Amino acid sequence: MTYNDKVVKQFVIATILWGIVGMLVGVIIAAQLWMPALNLDIPWLTYGRLRPLHTNAVIFAFGGSGLIGTSLYVVQRTCHVRLISDKLASLVFWGWQIIIVAAAVTLPLGWTQGKEYAELEWPIDILITLVWVAYAVLFFGTIVKRRVSHIYVANWFYGAFILTIALLHIVNNLSMPVEIGKSYSIYTGTVDAMVQWWYGHNAVGFFLTAGFLGMMYYFVPKQAEGPVYSYRLSIVHFWALIAIYMWAGPHHLHYTALPNWVQSLGMIFSLILLAPSWGGMINGIMTLSGAWHKLRTDPVLKFMIVALSFYGMSTFEGPMMSIKTVNALSHYTDWTIGHVHSGALGWVAMMTIGSLYCLIPRLIGEKKMYSIKAIDIHFWTSTIGVVMYITSMWIAGVMQGLMWRAFNDDGTLTYSFVEALAATNPYYVVRLLGGLLFLSGMFFFAWNTWKTLGSKEMKPIPASEPADWGEHA
Amino acid sequence: MDINVLRGAILLVLIFSFIGLWAWAWSRKRQSTFEEASRLPLEEDNGQIPNNEGPDNGKGSEPC
Repeated sequence: MTYNDKVVKQFVIATILWGIVGMLVGVIIAAQLWMPALNLDIPWLTYGRLRPLHTNAVIFAFGGSGLIGTSLYVVQRTCHVRLISDKLASLVFWGWQIIIVAAAVTLPLGWTQGKEYAELEWPIDILITLVWVAYAVLFFGTIVKRRVSHIYVANWFYGAFILTIALLHIVNNLSMPVEIGKSYSIYTGTVDAMVQWWYGHNAVGFFLTAGFLGMMYYFVPKQAEGPVYSYRLSIVHFWALIAIYMWAGPHHLHYTALPNWVQSLGMIFSLILLAPSWGGMINGIMTLSGAWHKLRTDPVLKFMIVALSFYGMSTFEGPMMSIKTVNALSHYTDWTIGHVHSGALGWVAMMTIGSLYCLIPRLIGEKKMYSIKAIDIHFWTSTIGVVMYITSMWIAGVMQGLMWRAFNDDGTLTYSFVEALAATNPYYVVRLLGGLLFLSGMFFFAWNTWKTLGSKEMKPIPASEPADWGEHA
Repeated sequence: MDINVLRGAILLVLIFSFIGLWAWAWSRKRQSTFEEASRLPLEEDNGQIPNNEGPDNGKGSEPC
């Protein structure tokens, strides 16, 4: 019996491709915020249409391909079986790519449900549901067929990600279609907003957190060549994390028409979230205890440890921003954008990149990428890029918040909106440069992957026999 | 029954399940299982996986 690594390789290539595309669109809209004329007065290139394209591309095309690809690699290795069906695997890959292309066409055309991270219209939503069910059958079917009795913790995180995204996607996208490109949500008013941010925050919690923790729990021990720091902690923080994330959504709706007690509830749950989040961060970082010297020579581990550090930072920043009085300053400012990118670039992208640098050479039976030097360059462009991005957005955000709420003695606003916008402009330039730097590293990634995989034939890798402890457990 | 009694009861159930989860995860009985489970990602590179011969848990007997 051999592993199905063809589908893994396809998803790896898709991850790199969509990463470059999604981040490029991000750089374009960052440039438009600095200089709005860059939309060239073409409707398809306006900020309002490209911004959802950027978010969908980086989250669902780049992050999604990375998650599906690595989950299919990990589930085979930790269960010691081949995926249950090669045809289903191909269906999941090509189905997911068709969805991405459909998004890339319809979003610039202006088709949108107007729900953040759920912009795609109903025909695409139905397609997503079908492909997601196929993915769930493939993943859980493989777990059912496993040849070891224990289900490794990474699979628990991937499994939580798959189940929850199915639930969130279906509930939030329930709508009444009017025509092919237009539908209306079945929810109204405040309920609609609450359902949207229940979805939105759990997309953060289960797509961008649980899924990538699954990746972390396999690839960090793999690259560090030692077991995870505490397996018991991984179990406790798994259940705590998934139980608490569900309730944190209302912090996106502080000081709105949402009942005040729901806002407070969302804030309290967000604060509690710090504990299970840091449980994961500590568990990942401490996996390196006794092997810290490897950080000096291994840029792949550097990617992973810096990703975990950003995870720790953003899961501290998030609860802090959910406190209502802090949120009164931070909400609607660029601080939020900085926070999101500390998570999305610092944690999600860097963990994906590190994991793929670990995975790619193993597809051809090797342990190292073609060029270690290129990984090191990629590491520094990414790290410096993220730091430039988030520091400029912190400063811009706090400044905007202070300017917006400054009053004169007679009760009028001290600054008009456009004055705050003009003051932000230099920070938009720094953010653009940070984004460009992060994007530039992705080309080293693509080149290095090409050199590693390009000329070599993929040998089918036999499924290794499970260690015999499984039969007693 | 007063709804607040139910709320309090749910809170207690959740607190005790959380404590129970800790106790379960940290129990001495599970320690060796978890230690071996934590080696699952590492097994392959060692190439030292003992072959699973003969009748076993029913999951490992299919031909490769």
